[in-house]
Amino acid sequence: MNDDVWLVVPLYNEAEVIGDVVAQARETFPNVVCVDDGSRDGGAAAAAAAGAVVVQHPVNLGQGAALQTGFEYALTRPDMKWVVTFDADGQHQTSDVLAMLEKARAEDLAVVFGSRFLDDRTDAGVLKKLVLRMAVGYTNLTTHTRLTDAHNGLRLISREVVEQLEITQNRMAHASELVQQIGALDIRYAESPVHILYTDYSKAKGQSLWNAVNILAELILR
Amino acid sequence: MNIVLIQVLLIVVVVVVAARLFRSRGARSQAVRRLGLMLFAAFAVVSILFPNLWNRMAAVAGVRRGTDLVLYALVVAFLSFTVTTYLRFRDFEARYTRLARRLALDEVRAESTPSQTGPTSSPTAGTTASPTVPPRRDEGSNAGGDAPPATEQA
Repeated sequence: MNDDVWLVVPLYNEAEVIGDVVAQARETFPNVVCVDDGSRDGGAAAAAAAGAVVVQHPVNLGQGAALQTGFEYALTRPDMKWVVTFDADGQHQTSDVLAMLEKARAEDLAVVFGSRFLDDRTDAGVLKKLVLRMAVGYTNLTTHTRLTDAHNGLRLISREVVEQLEITQNRMAHASELVQQIGALDIRYAESPVHILYTDYSKAKGQSLWNAVNILAELILR
Repeated sequence: MNIVLIQVLLIVVVVVVAARLFRSRGARSQAVRRLGLMLFAAFAVVSILFPNLWNRMAAVAGVRRGTDLVLYALVVAFLSFTVTTYLRFRDFEARYTRLARRLALDEVRAESTPSQTGPTSSPTAGTTASPTVPPRRDEGSNAGGDAPPATEQA
């Protein structure tokens, strides 16, 4: 079951939780590749112990670079049909991924984006919501897509689309770049509601809203 | 024309900096850069010897003083330097990323040869850590000729 799905998990200093995250995910999806982005803790070993394939960047390159590495690893697996981008900090849930897979298969979609804003299960702060809304507005404006949440780390991408992606934004702007590249392809995509768990752990590690400024700068100056 | 000490100092500095910058790489962009640099250095020397030149140019451009014109020119030069440096860094980073990625993926491929982690060994895993690497699309499409964007300095 789900043998044709590969979870791509960018990993950077998440030793505390990655073992549990991988073990839990593998109950549903046996194929997990963790791309260790030059962590200085024991995260890679914990991920490997939990049964993930670990690809290790020799130096820290950024989350976008880690995703692209994960994609290229997944493409070396001939039986891979779907790639799921999945966060290492336990924010994402496999039940959401199952729903996305079902939707993709039922509606013949090549890409399913997770969205926090299709229902009200996700509890984001007011300011965070505002910034995310503005971010998705900018993305929609510049990529001819119609999404409600462009900066969600949970995505389901079919093999044929993964083959055509090339993330060059190593750091945070990769989410917009992904949407842009997918928007430029002639394929069917949709969004699916997901529930992001903002745990104390993920909140403490989470992105500062200041990053919105950095992302914008990276997108404009390319 | 009597040469002041500051003029001698400035000319030495300009010449040394220009000479240092001369030793960089790239074919046509390099030639353009060198020509521009030579002009720039020559003009710097001339304007050090004849400071009044800037005043006359300022008058033509509608600026009150020559020093103001120099300041404006510097602002523009600095901004363009910042942008070209940023873009060059991006280009450099892209190559460096490709290198690191290749290393990481090759390492996994070598490890998985005697069937280690993962459900099944990959099809390339039959050969013992050989240098046979399946074609990867990010090279080829992007390797080779793309030199950093032609840089015009200052």
